[in-house]
Amino acid sequence: MENENIKKIMHVLRHAPHGTIYTYEGLEMILIMAAYEQDLSVVFIGDGVYALKKNQDTAGIGIKGFARTFMALDGYDVEKLYVDKLSLEERGLTEDDLVVDVEVLDAEVIGGLMKEQDVIIHH
Amino acid sequence: MLHTINKSPFENITFETCIRFLLPGDPVLFIEDGVYAVQAGNKFSSIISNLLKNNPVFALQPDLVARGLAIVTEGVQTVDYEGFVGLVEEHQVNSWL
Amino acid sequence: MKIGILLKEGPYNHQASDTAFKFAEAAIKKGHTVDAVFLYNDGVTNVTKLMDPPQDDRNIAARWSELSQKHGFEVLACIAASKRRGINDDVLVQGSAITGLGTLTDIAIRNDRLVTFGD
Repeated sequence: MENENIKKIMHVLRHAPHGTIYTYEGLEMILIMAAYEQDLSVVFIGDGVYALKKNQDTAGIGIKGFARTFMALDGYDVEKLYVDKLSLEERGLTEDDLVVDVEVLDAEVIGGLMKEQDVIIHH
Repeated sequence: MLHTINKSPFENITFETCIRFLLPGDPVLFIEDGVYAVQAGNKFSSIISNLLKNNPVFALQPDLVARGLAIVTEGVQTVDYEGFVGLVEEHQVNSWL
Repeated sequence: MKIGILLKEGPYNHQASDTAFKFAEAAIKKGHTVDAVFLYNDGVTNVTKLMDPPQDDRNIAARWSELSQKHGFEVLACIAASKRRGINDDVLVQGSAITGLGTLTDIAIRNDRLVTFGD
């Protein structure tokens, strides 16, 4: 019965960090929603995977960096982090290039997860 | 799951990305600059025709009219804003911004 | 059906606010309830009364203000996004308010649909 009130909410990050604010404000939204004990997941597609790239240093551009904040998601019980396999491959990246542990999935699998959601928010 | 696309496929890969994640039967609705994808005879027509084999495809009529697009790829259905709402009644929404 | 709307882009620069408005009108016309419109990212600038477009153009803030008051829903600007962009209670049109992301979470939970518009 209790589970009926829990919604499946998926956040889809598709923008590179820093060039626009979408990923940063998306992350802020995810952190707040994490406090509401819903079934949250975060998917990185396209340039969104760059948000997880290791060795980002934003000091020179004068913008607050936030790659490390993704490492804190685990502490907020946001454990479902999915990365689109093709997006990663197209960018010449592997899981080792990312700041957090993620599940790398094929598009069909992510599409199936999308189908199960009550709410999907793209950032 | 209703997928909406609001970017012109000529300058943005949203369309190309979105269709990789579609499940058979998922409707796709083109809105705003997204409607340029369904103009008959453009370079995306064959992709749209292919898509139509497994997925219903819609375009928002007021956005087509606003852009002077009269003829859409065969099989693409047009809806007005109430038709958009009708699709949302039937499906959860995935807006590919 | 109860519908929440999430609007993530500012007025005029992009069609998002126009589409969201037309969608809200159509939903109401079809007998649905628009529960709330939540503004995020540059979307928070949709409800400033300092907006003063040319006479022959639509006034996007005034239009949201009228629709929300007529149909009893609120247009809610995210506080963190608003603070970044110079939006506070002093500049809001009637029918709008500033609130937190927790409210968006409630909107996502309590509605049958959350429909997102943006760039």
